[in-house]
Amino acid sequence: MTYLLSIIIFLPAVSAAILALFLRGSNEATANNAKWLALIATTATFIVSLFVLKGFDASNAGFQFVEEASWIVGLKYKLGVDGISILFVMLTTFLMPITILSCWGVTDRVKEYMIAFLLLETLMLGVFLALDLVLFYLFFEAGLIPMFLIIGIWGGKDRIYAAFKFFLYTFLGSVLMLVAMIAMYWAAKTTDIPTLMAFKFDSAPMVVLGISITGGLQTLLFLAFFASFAVKMPMWPVHTWLPDAHVQAPTAGSVVLAAILLKMGGYGFLRFSLPMFPVGAEVLSSLVFWMSAIAIVYTSLVALAQSDMKKLIAYSSVAHMGYVTLGIFAANQQGVDGAIFQMISHGFISGAMFLCVGVIYDRMHTREIDAYGGLVNRMPAYALVFMFFTMANVGLPGTSGFVGEFLVLAGIFQVNTWVAAVATSGVIFSAAYGLYLYRRVAFGALVKEALATIQDMSRRERAIFAPLIVMTLLLGVYPALVLDIIGPSVKALVENYQTAVTAFAAN
Amino acid sequence: MNALDFHIVLPEVLLALYAMAALLGCVYAGKDALTGAVTWATAGVFVALAAYIGFAGEGANTAFGGMFIDDAFARFAKVVILLSAAGVLVMSQDYLARNDMGRFEYPILVALAVIGMMFMVSSGDLMLLYLGLELQSLALYVVAAMKRDDAKSTEAGLKYFVLGSLSSGLLLYGASLIYGFAGTTLFSGILSTLGAEAHLGLVIGLVFLIAGMAFKVSAAPFHMWTPDVYEGAPTPVTAFFATAPKAAAMAMIARVVFDAFGAIPAQWSQVLAALAVLSMFLGAVAAIGQRDIKRLMAYSSIAHMGYALVGLASGTVEGVQAMLIYMAIYVTMNLGTFAFIMSLEKDGKSISDIDSLNMFSKREPLKALAVLILMFSLAGVPPMLGFFGKFYVLKAAVDAGMTWLALAGAVASVIGAFYYLRIVFFMYFGRETEGANSRMVPVQWLMLVAVAAVMLLGVVNLFGIEAVAQTAAQALVG
Repeated sequence: MTYLLSIIIFLPAVSAAILALFLRGSNEATANNAKWLALIATTATFIVSLFVLKGFDASNAGFQFVEEASWIVGLKYKLGVDGISILFVMLTTFLMPITILSCWGVTDRVKEYMIAFLLLETLMLGVFLALDLVLFYLFFEAGLIPMFLIIGIWGGKDRIYAAFKFFLYTFLGSVLMLVAMIAMYWAAKTTDIPTLMAFKFDSAPMVVLGISITGGLQTLLFLAFFASFAVKMPMWPVHTWLPDAHVQAPTAGSVVLAAILLKMGGYGFLRFSLPMFPVGAEVLSSLVFWMSAIAIVYTSLVALAQSDMKKLIAYSSVAHMGYVTLGIFAANQQGVDGAIFQMISHGFISGAMFLCVGVIYDRMHTREIDAYGGLVNRMPAYALVFMFFTMANVGLPGTSGFVGEFLVLAGIFQVNTWVAAVATSGVIFSAAYGLYLYRRVAFGALVKEALATIQDMSRRERAIFAPLIVMTLLLGVYPALVLDIIGPSVKALVENYQTAVTAFAAN
Repeated sequence: MNALDFHIVLPEVLLALYAMAALLGCVYAGKDALTGAVTWATAGVFVALAAYIGFAGEGANTAFGGMFIDDAFARFAKVVILLSAAGVLVMSQDYLARNDMGRFEYPILVALAVIGMMFMVSSGDLMLLYLGLELQSLALYVVAAMKRDDAKSTEAGLKYFVLGSLSSGLLLYGASLIYGFAGTTLFSGILSTLGAEAHLGLVIGLVFLIAGMAFKVSAAPFHMWTPDVYEGAPTPVTAFFATAPKAAAMAMIARVVFDAFGAIPAQWSQVLAALAVLSMFLGAVAAIGQRDIKRLMAYSSIAHMGYALVGLASGTVEGVQAMLIYMAIYVTMNLGTFAFIMSLEKDGKSISDIDSLNMFSKREPLKALAVLILMFSLAGVPPMLGFFGKFYVLKAAVDAGMTWLALAGAVASVIGAFYYLRIVFFMYFGRETEGANSRMVPVQWLMLVAVAAVMLLGVVNLFGIEAVAQTAAQALVG
């Protein structure tokens, strides 16, 4: 099967086209058909992606399943997976059926909603699988359009403001990246990612506007890519679009945003910033460390003060992404392993957290924490699930959240003890806001009148959470499942990075 | 002069004969009785000629002692001109009839303008170039003022005429300087008199020539007429202005700078680069405040011309190829967009303000989606074809060592994305108000939807236009 990756990428898009072209009418039956077709398509994509996982040789650090064909403008259509990207692909294909299932209750323009999600899946998978710079940029940028529409059309009250903020922040970031890509093409005369990873960009000092820049071209290119990925990630202080986008997005949109879209930033750092501009990354690493440390502490404190559940979880996401950037820029095996692990685990946990909010939002149509209280009395199953994911979010040992944070902290400790110390305090803060949220929503007496008749989770909702719980526990008790796959690729990445940095220091 | 010469200019001669015959026929038939038939017949003739030129044309031929050049480059430009003119004609017929402008002169004037354009792109001599340009311009002045009892349309026609005459004057002045210093008006002659070091007088003449031609493509800072003329002229006329004449004038610039001044690329490349940067930024920034779609499209076309000029400024085969591809994509996008703008109406009256698009997606989901694709394509968001057009010219600039020009283009494209997004914003998230309806005849609908589909599907292989454009570019640059 040489075209496996193309099949994965385009299966959702083709289904979306079928939906758009052949499904007519606007009645309930059409809406149902659209949902079922989307569910089948995403499940099929997941099954195909399992074949990739099965055929993947974890001991090989290079790219596998490579497809290459010439394309327009002298570009290449080139796809491939390595240990770094394969798990993001799996995360995406795994979460999409769950996402589709979670929006079963949508009634407004269902067909278009499903089309948007299917297209989004294609574009997200394309980002993780593309091995050509321009192809990557194409998927990366185009992904903005469906998400922009999902927030703008199906979102909450202030959806337009949020949609525009989302679009402009990310678009501005990616234009700097485009400029950097032009400069890279100019320097290396190729857009092939594996070749660029081996290419040594100039790191001789450069004078720009009278300021001498250590690391020269590499530092500048790094900064341009950093602008894009830091917004996507999002890192403090460019994180402010995220809470707005999350609050206004529909539940399924929030899930995709938190669980998958945010990972593009981290993936970008691992695919471009570290291997292509190691010197630039090293020069600016302490800046990144402190930005991450501030993100962890500051956004945790902000989360503590939120009265909107989604906003709280959004801020907690920013804090967790702070660990990811710490781990990546620690640039040692444990740090990068931990960062990838944290991203995968955050995909399950934050997705589940937003789904938890979605469950009660569907019933009460409010996200205000004060509107709830004592849910454990009427919704025991829900309280249990919510409890489980709150604990996982906090990073309780035995859940996947713990492994990621621990590895990252162990990795960063070897590089910068002070940052590690500050970042560790985030573990306590996350427990504080997590438990505080849980107490206010689930515990206490059920005194609010509106909640008196609230129903526990339906069978569909339980089915949504089951796989997420299994994955969170499985990765928590047996992390080797992930670490064995990413290990060799991360090792190669870290070795290349350290060699380049040592060579630079020796000059 | 011999029979072979006439064989080479056969398409132009045929079109001229057709235009005169149609004019006579319409006059005999009485007032506007044949308008519909003539419109379709003219479009049919355009398509037939495009097919003839596209399939039968071969090699590089010159006629009339080198005054007229028929090569792959001219053929590419002519096919684009003819097809886009045909597209504009068929989709505007219904609009003109409804707005009481169904005059038979329109298709005939368009045919005459097209003859002028065909001479422009084939000219091998400054005299023929001027003749072609004037034939085109005179026809365009008249159609701009076609809505005779409308103050804005008349103003548009007059403004276009005055500024157009000024630019023709500049061009003629430049041509006379060049003639004075080179002793010939033939492009090949000028080229052979140029040494490595060009005479200053020739360079000044060249600059005047480029200024005159920049008027015609509405490149900044010679763009002032564009927004007013676009807004004032009847929408089908605006659609025509935005497509065929732009492609023709751009090809004409390429023709002059490469055929006559190919030996001194450094002299014109920087002029074109400056025009490109100014146009890209002015088009992007000035469009932000616009409330009228036609005005907005005017600034949009200024910006797009800037990108096409980036390709030319590169001065390479790849640059010309990129310019040709860019123009083909640009013309196609504009056809679709104007098909949509023409169809907008409220209470039976055609309108064009952006506010009227409020929540258009609720009323017409399919059309809204098509327009969304077009807007993203115009903005250059991947994976639409518009992105590849931009990418092509920027890549050509980088390859030619003009990285700064490519960077400027990338930055301008972001600023420009904003106003296209605003149209999408109104269509999808606007307030629920009484907005415009879109009344489309099948041909307009087909144009809109087909163009949107082309913008999406082109990502596969650009419909093979790359190879054709490359042959054309090689014919010009050599």
